[in-house]
Amino acid sequence: MDKFDLVIIGGGPAGLSAARIALEAGLSVTLIDRSISLGGQLIKQTHKFFGSKAQYAKTRGIDIANILINDLDEYKDRLHILKEATVVALYKDYVITVYQFNKYFKIQAKSIIVATGASEKVLAFENNDLPGIYGAGAVQTLMNLYGVLPGKEVVMVGSGNIGLIVSYQMIQAGVKVKALLEASDHIGGYLVHASKLVRLGVPILTRTTVKKAYGKNKLEKIQTVELDEQWNYIEGTETEISCDALCISVGLTPLHQLLSMAEIDMIYVNELGGLIPKLKKNYETSMPRVFACGDVTGIEEASSAMVEGKLAGLLASKSLGFIHPEFELLEKNLVEQLNNLRQGPCGVKIRLGLEKAEVNSHD
Amino acid sequence: MSKKDIIICRCEDITLADIHKCLEQGYTTFEELKRILRVGMGPCQGQTCSSLIQKEIAIFLKKKAEDVLLQKTRPLVTGVKLQDIADSADE
Repeated sequence: MDKFDLVIIGGGPAGLSAARIALEAGLSVTLIDRSISLGGQLIKQTHKFFGSKAQYAKTRGIDIANILINDLDEYKDRLHILKEATVVALYKDYVITVYQFNKYFKIQAKSIIVATGASEKVLAFENNDLPGIYGAGAVQTLMNLYGVLPGKEVVMVGSGNIGLIVSYQMIQAGVKVKALLEASDHIGGYLVHASKLVRLGVPILTRTTVKKAYGKNKLEKIQTVELDEQWNYIEGTETEISCDALCISVGLTPLHQLLSMAEIDMIYVNELGGLIPKLKKNYETSMPRVFACGDVTGIEEASSAMVEGKLAGLLASKSLGFIHPEFELLEKNLVEQLNNLRQGPCGVKIRLGLEKAEVNSHD
Repeated sequence: MSKKDIIICRCEDITLADIHKCLEQGYTTFEELKRILRVGMGPCQGQTCSSLIQKEIAIFLKKKAEDVLLQKTRPLVTGVKLQDIADSADE
């Protein structure tokens, strides 16, 4: 069984950022990702990012992925990348099992950074298995990676940034977005994105959700319903919208499975999307030398995942005896960046959620 | 509302009607539902259905969703052919 100093599971924004910093600090890194290309969800994000320059604002997601990947090049001799490799299990004795090209094999890590990201939540409604009903991630993959339209007339469910941005991208691609439904009483994402849609004539219906889908062999129309303050259907408010695609974008949930199966201390935090690891300030889980960062520690934006990845890489390296040449400056700067990203009314939920998962020590 | 047309676990093709029937019979934990219905035991290992099932249990027991325990996660996270595991056994 091969043994490695630091294994990073997941090559998205968090994992790539952590890898770079750990390499700079002098560690040898093994980076494992299940996809054909590194970059995680960034590779299907054709829009330019918001935020500040430190998180590549005004650069498209796909280009950020390439920057992060190219940033690893100079450390090739200490970097071992496994692509199209799924980590299928993590065990208490630091054994990781990997499935790649129909080969199942074990490796052992001295330390691990888990950056597995998140998966999409789904909705329960009548006929929710009809062809034409997609998650927003699938729509982005189809359109932005493969150039395939999801349909001609679409209804989007969910007004978070993903729902807003994907709606806009569909319009750019020539799809008619007939409506955007939002179950709560306000738009979830940035108003600047929502305003663009409204200017283009997309009705945004708050306190409204999808109740039923109709169609013989594929989606033909949906029935919407208004919701009361307790999120219950208001009978008699049903309306029909004809469409051949329905895109569900109702949030993400952390991919916690590897952490959970190693019996690492977890906590369910609603504000952050589901089950997340309890973390010390240095991103260490209750399993010594196993760290976590990015969406697996709570759902945020890709910008936060990158900063968190760097910080986790920095602090993990330190606890393994590899102190980054610019440790103090970097730590101060990264903590500041994270605080900035999480400040203001949009960050309230995130700050509240993170407090619940933070521990001083793992006893 | 036709509960049998609402898919909750798409890997194992389990509907809301199936879930409600079990809840009414007294199987009110995720682990029990998993053993009886196989929810969460397909290719995605519960990544898709778990929050929906958690919510249904919570409504039935009049609890908060976050107070309903999720299923135990065990290796492996996805399907691996037995042949491939067998081939690696001598290592």
